[in-house]
Amino acid sequence: MNPMQKLLQLPASAVNLVRSQQGMAREEAKSPVLAPDGGQQAWYSAMQADELRLLKSPEQEAAPENSTGSSQTQPLRHDDLKEMLDSNKDSLKLEAMKRIVAMIARGKNASDLFPAVVKNVACKNIEVKKLVYVYLVRYAEEQQDLALLSISTFQRGLKDPNQLIRASALRVLSSIRVPIIVPIMMLAIKEAASDMSPYVRKTAAHAIPKLYSLDSDQKDQLIEVIEKLLSDKTTLVAGSVVMAFEEVCPERIDLIHKNYRKLCNLLIDVEEWGQVVIINMLTRYARTQFLSPNQNESLLEENPEKAFYGSEEEDAKEDKPDAASLVKRKPYVMDPDHRLLLRNTKPLLQSRNAAVVMAVAQLYFHLAPKAEVGVIAKALVRLLRSHSEVQYVVLQNVATMSIKRRGMFEPYLKSFYIRSTDPTQIKILKLEVLTNLANETNISTILREFQTYIRSMDKDFVAATIQAIGRCATNIGKVRDTCLNGLVQLLSNRDELVVAESVVVIKKLLQMQPSQHSEIIKHMAKLTDNIQVPMARASILWLIGEYCEHVPKMAPDVLRKMAKSFTGEEDIVKLQVINLAAKLYLTNSKQSKLLTQYVLNLAKYDQNYDIRDRARFIRQLIVPTEKSGVLNKYAKKLFLAQKPAPILESSFKDRDHFQLGSLSHLLNTKAVGYQELPDWPDEAPDPSVRNVEVPEWTKCTSREKRKEKVEKPFYSDSEGESGPTESADSEPESVSESESESGSGSSSSSGSGSDSGSQGAESGDRSEERRKKKKGKEGPRKAFLDTAGSNPSEEEEEEQGKKGKRKKKPQHEGKGDSGSSWEEGSVSESSSSESDSGSEAEESQSEPESKRRPTPPSSKAAPKATRKGTKEISLLDLDDYRETEARGREGTCPRSPSRPVAELGILGLPEATARVTTAPPQPASSPSVVSTSLVTDLEGLSLTDTSLASTLLSPTFSAVRTHELLHRMAGEGLSVEYCFSRQPFVPDPHMVAVHIQFSNSAEAEVKGLRVCAPRLLPGIRLQEFPEIESLAPGDTASVVMGIDFSDSTQAANFQLCTHSRQFYVSIQPPVGELLAPVFMSENEFKKEQGKLTGMSEITEKLTLPDQCQSDQAIVQRVMVAANVSRVPCGADHVYRFAAKTVTSGSLVLITLERKDGARAQLTVNSEKMVIGTMLVQDVVQALAP
Amino acid sequence: MIHSLFLINSSGDIFLEKHWKSVVSRSVCDYFFEAQERATEAENVPPVIPTPHHYLLSVYRHKIFFVAVIQTEVPPLFVIEFLHRVVDTFQDYFGVCSEVVIKDNVVVVYEVLEEMLDNGFPLATESNILKELIKPPTILRTVVNTITGSTNVGDQLPTGQLSVVPWRRTGVKYTNNEAYFDVIEEIDAIIDKSGSTITAEIQGVIDACVKLTGMPDLTLSFMNPRLLDDVSFHPCVRFKRWESERILSFIPPDGNFRLLSYHVSAQNLVAIPVYVKHNINFRDSSSLGRFEITVGPKQTMGKTVEGVMVTSQMPKGVLNMSLTPSQGIHTFDPVTKLLSWDVGKINPQKLPSLKGTMSLQAGTSKPDENPTINLQFKIQQLAISGLKVNRLDMYGEKYKPFKGIKYMTKAGKFQVRT
Repeated sequence: MNPMQKLLQLPASAVNLVRSQQGMAREEAKSPVLAPDGGQQAWYSAMQADELRLLKSPEQEAAPENSTGSSQTQPLRHDDLKEMLDSNKDSLKLEAMKRIVAMIARGKNASDLFPAVVKNVACKNIEVKKLVYVYLVRYAEEQQDLALLSISTFQRGLKDPNQLIRASALRVLSSIRVPIIVPIMMLAIKEAASDMSPYVRKTAAHAIPKLYSLDSDQKDQLIEVIEKLLSDKTTLVAGSVVMAFEEVCPERIDLIHKNYRKLCNLLIDVEEWGQVVIINMLTRYARTQFLSPNQNESLLEENPEKAFYGSEEEDAKEDKPDAASLVKRKPYVMDPDHRLLLRNTKPLLQSRNAAVVMAVAQLYFHLAPKAEVGVIAKALVRLLRSHSEVQYVVLQNVATMSIKRRGMFEPYLKSFYIRSTDPTQIKILKLEVLTNLANETNISTILREFQTYIRSMDKDFVAATIQAIGRCATNIGKVRDTCLNGLVQLLSNRDELVVAESVVVIKKLLQMQPSQHSEIIKHMAKLTDNIQVPMARASILWLIGEYCEHVPKMAPDVLRKMAKSFTGEEDIVKLQVINLAAKLYLTNSKQSKLLTQYVLNLAKYDQNYDIRDRARFIRQLIVPTEKSGVLNKYAKKLFLAQKPAPILESSFKDRDHFQLGSLSHLLNTKAVGYQELPDWPDEAPDPSVRNVEVPEWTKCTSREKRKEKVEKPFYSDSEGESGPTESADSEPESVSESESESGSGSSSSSGSGSDSGSQGAESGDRSEERRKKKKGKEGPRKAFLDTAGSNPSEEEEEEQGKKGKRKKKPQHEGKGDSGSSWEEGSVSESSSSESDSGSEAEESQSEPESKRRPTPPSSKAAPKATRKGTKEISLLDLDDYRETEARGREGTCPRSPSRPVAELGILGLPEATARVTTAPPQPASSPSVVSTSLVTDLEGLSLTDTSLASTLLSPTFSAVRTHELLHRMAGEGLSVEYCFSRQPFVPDPHMVAVHIQFSNSAEAEVKGLRVCAPRLLPGIRLQEFPEIESLAPGDTASVVMGIDFSDSTQAANFQLCTHSRQFYVSIQPPVGELLAPVFMSENEFKKEQGKLTGMSEITEKLTLPDQCQSDQAIVQRVMVAANVSRVPCGADHVYRFAAKTVTSGSLVLITLERKDGARAQLTVNSEKMVIGTMLVQDVVQALAP
Repeated sequence: MIHSLFLINSSGDIFLEKHWKSVVSRSVCDYFFEAQERATEAENVPPVIPTPHHYLLSVYRHKIFFVAVIQTEVPPLFVIEFLHRVVDTFQDYFGVCSEVVIKDNVVVVYEVLEEMLDNGFPLATESNILKELIKPPTILRTVVNTITGSTNVGDQLPTGQLSVVPWRRTGVKYTNNEAYFDVIEEIDAIIDKSGSTITAEIQGVIDACVKLTGMPDLTLSFMNPRLLDDVSFHPCVRFKRWESERILSFIPPDGNFRLLSYHVSAQNLVAIPVYVKHNINFRDSSSLGRFEITVGPKQTMGKTVEGVMVTSQMPKGVLNMSLTPSQGIHTFDPVTKLLSWDVGKINPQKLPSLKGTMSLQAGTSKPDENPTINLQFKIQQLAISGLKVNRLDMYGEKYKPFKGIKYMTKAGKFQVRT
């Protein structure tokens, strides 16, 4: 039996029920009262004509039989159809269903067939069933009781082993709008939401808004389901669940936090409609969670008018306040998540779907830094090639954008030129855009173009063009006269509409500077003889009245003429005649007194009461009588007051407070259900909420709270062990998490690529399972953490907070760094004062520890041992130190030797701990097994607590490679050195951490040491170190700053400022420092390498010198040259290293293959070819004798 | 999202309605009819019409209005784009999309619509998947169905929706494996009175017809990908590959689809392949005007210009025209004032021309605008931008497919102002 057929089998009892129900219905129908005689035959034939023509039924003979059967009873309209539905033949049923569907499609009522149709839910024929569905969904609402009969079928379908049947059953079940089944639906949705098949989960997501619209009381439960589905990791579900989120609970933005990064990463593979919904939602999300990237320019933003008139000079000016405000405000650093969103949506500008392109465009417009918004212009212009409806919507949005960001569309000016074949509404919108884009440089082209438009046959369009010219003239002073002259010429146009429109526009223009244009006013005064359009006549009269002193001779004459024709004028003209008369009476009463009297008398008996009122009012006001009081004195002021010039501005101004691309924006009113686009927050909300691990996250916040109110004495507790434990937990997370993210991204894209097809459906499920398993594994571990780890960690935290405070006084901002260094006990970098406190802390720790801690010795002793070991090592000769270091890496690839111990310690694996601590040189393969499983275990955890993580930071071997930033001589006693510490820069993982050490060898104190005015190349970002308030003579201080070199070896230039001086310095990274090590197994390595062939592979032959013949020496040299981690490898003479670039996270794989003798081959695989090439050079150099 | 859909023909009859949520009375369309009346022409009906309780979003294609009813805020392009997708699907299913065809296939139409939207949210919009769910009617199948009483609903459940390649169905089999690609470029241009180009740009598409067995993975590379300034892809194209290598790598859908559309950067000067000489005069005094146009080839790279068609909307004052063409057929409709001249091929030795007089309405002044001339033409075997496909490779399958590529240049919106 084919699966679809199974779906709709009703239990026999249900069918019987339908039967009996139907029987009842029949009886009712037979009631003679209801049956008016006659007419039904005619009715039927009409139906046959309509319906049967459409369907070319092979069963046409069957129908007349039925009709005779039904004729003696009530004229039930569809008896024939009922008979067909009752028959045993599928073909008859199908025919009947087709006719019924055709009726539904044409809007005819077929509800009385419900009982007959619903029982066919049990039909075996798929098409009949499908059509029954269609019917059911359409009429179930009207026949709720009967609809219930079909429910059990669907309920059974929900349990079917075939995922498509489950999905389809849920889909129909949820589409039946019968309130009584709400609990059933709820249950079904909940069940489906945890279904194995992503397709069923997708259907569940679709069902959520259906249920919500049926019964909004279920909201809370539905939100739970949404929350669950939001954490789903398949692209299939993502779009649908976000849609459900938007319909049910758009205000619960907090549900997005944990899924934000996942949604960003999945976005490109989601189907197009889902993309639109997700992007729109993320726009709103980002507005609440990130800081405005343009906050430094916001001063200028507030003044768009200025920008509108802007010319080059003004643009040049813009830079200055920019720089000034940069100094004043604290520098803006974009949240990496914000960047992630922008980066992941950009490719979608290439989508074929206009809605997706528009969604990305609005996202960029609302969220991107000003400099980056430009990328959307090209894509939007491309949409103008599409259907006219698409053009209409796009142009509306372009019009709004072009007011704010004119520069963006200027290069595409010509794309907005109007063709005679465009529909009028498109023409007018294009005109709007052209007007918005007009500036002093392109105005002449635009005006020439406008001249062509003025001669168009489409008069509405011509009128709009004239108004556009008027707007250009008001906005661009340079061309005002040209425009005015052009418009005046139009006054002699033969088309009256054109003339009238010109008059109105000219009137507005003249109002701006009337004195210079008395000629034009005179010219227009002459026009009163010819122009008949009332609006234009009225405008002319108003102009003459307003500026009668400029045309003192003509004005009374015009009034004379108008008085003559007064009775024949339109009302609007009459009012202006009265106005003109009044104004002339006040300025030139000698000539116009009688005329005014005459006009007022005529108006007094006018049919229109407005005019009569006006006349009465004006007479009282201007003609002095005994009665008229004070007002008379002010009549002149009243009438001839200075009137402000009208502002001609775009109707699209200020529309951008609506989210672009939305219906509300298009209509310029708030549509039902519109979600307001929130303003940027002043303070960024806690970004850590987006970190993925939930328990970690809650813990972290509670910890932070505690941090604030620490009051216990510093030495009261000393479970220092938790330091490394905790950090070992959180530290590798940062790596593994980002790794897993990028991993999932790439795997999904590759999944849609080469290997695909039949497996596809399964693979989703499998990964799901795996994830579950993993969670299971994590569970107990976490419990362990909570019981044993969390409590001490808090205290440890306190301790550290205290310590930070304590230190802050004497030496300000070394805190984060120094705190980190004493933990590990590596002295090489930390300054003398710190090392003091460090040892102090060390002592204090070790002493009470032994008293207080009866915890299992295995997990405790081990870290301690290594700690000591590390300390010693760091004091030893560099080479030896590196050796152990390298061995440690060989095994588990950590960044510092203490880490594996900590990792293992926390997992309670004493034997592993022992192995690593006691005998570092291990055969490479066996620990790698441990490490990979560790990595998977730690996957998904995330870096939560910045200060804790930084405790792990200690400059390892690159500490030796210090570079000079500022020489003692040049710095007048202040010398600055820096080194690349090779540790993740915690505030922003895309930055390279640079340790900077200041030492003051001058006599005087150096104050206010800080970074200022970075001159950075595009893409390079810099996280400044906190200001060092003072540095006493002879003192040293060290700080960490982060620089995002954007994966290039270009130098970051900035100034070091002290209270008295500024030094220009620059930091240029060797290419090896732009990398961060990546954990990887050999198989993974090979797989990734397979993807990075061709152009991304660089091979170089080299000869190894004698010193480099041992494995150790080679590995060590490579690791010195670049911040990579070794990939364990089975074969001899092959060394593999893996890393990723810090900024973009693209993989860099190094393979060194030793051939016989001293020859060797070096292969570097990386997407970033430049980095690859430079790295090859560096490694070759490092391996040279 | 989308509540209901109404299909309205040009005479204002609602001939199909479909509801995805509760039923919306068709009286809501009265607002649409009002707007239609206000707009003189069909294409001027605003695509978005607000009514007190609903919003009507419509597209006008094939003389049918597709009016979607929505109740809450939704990106208008989302609905408009979807409606266009519906029309495309109908066209794909029935060959043409007209009122008659939709009425004849009303059941299939209904089934398709049912699958495309679930609760107003798009569900399956890929035609490959839809065709698996509901088989398009063919003449043969109609005959067979009538005899056997079977139907056009697929009896296999579609797997495409579940696979990672949602646009391709599984188990495709062909005896002749072929892949054809048409590179079609359109020139959009505005030429001014004196014959100089005001604006010209090239928009191109690559349409594909791929009939390959199994799951082929294709890569298509260009000789000069730098020409492409702005591109938009079918979802099957791997974006990263394009970004890094400028190679189109994709698993194609089965059948016809648009692989890519592109825009050639405006910096490249566009070669205009034809010119139009015109002399159109309205004299103020007499009721006769002179009309003369000649079309000639300009930069055609040695190819012949075919399928030339000249249309022009004459001013209202023109009553009739008496013209003689040197070749081709011309018509003038005195009601719509539309002149069209089907020229055919341009023979460079003997340039086609159309000469004659126009009779103008007596007593009225001469029209102040000369008509614009719209031009259509085709040049086979030439991509005017110079774009060339380098090679097409197939991975993942063993057989050798037949590969074909065709170039063509057409006039897009090509206007000559006179």
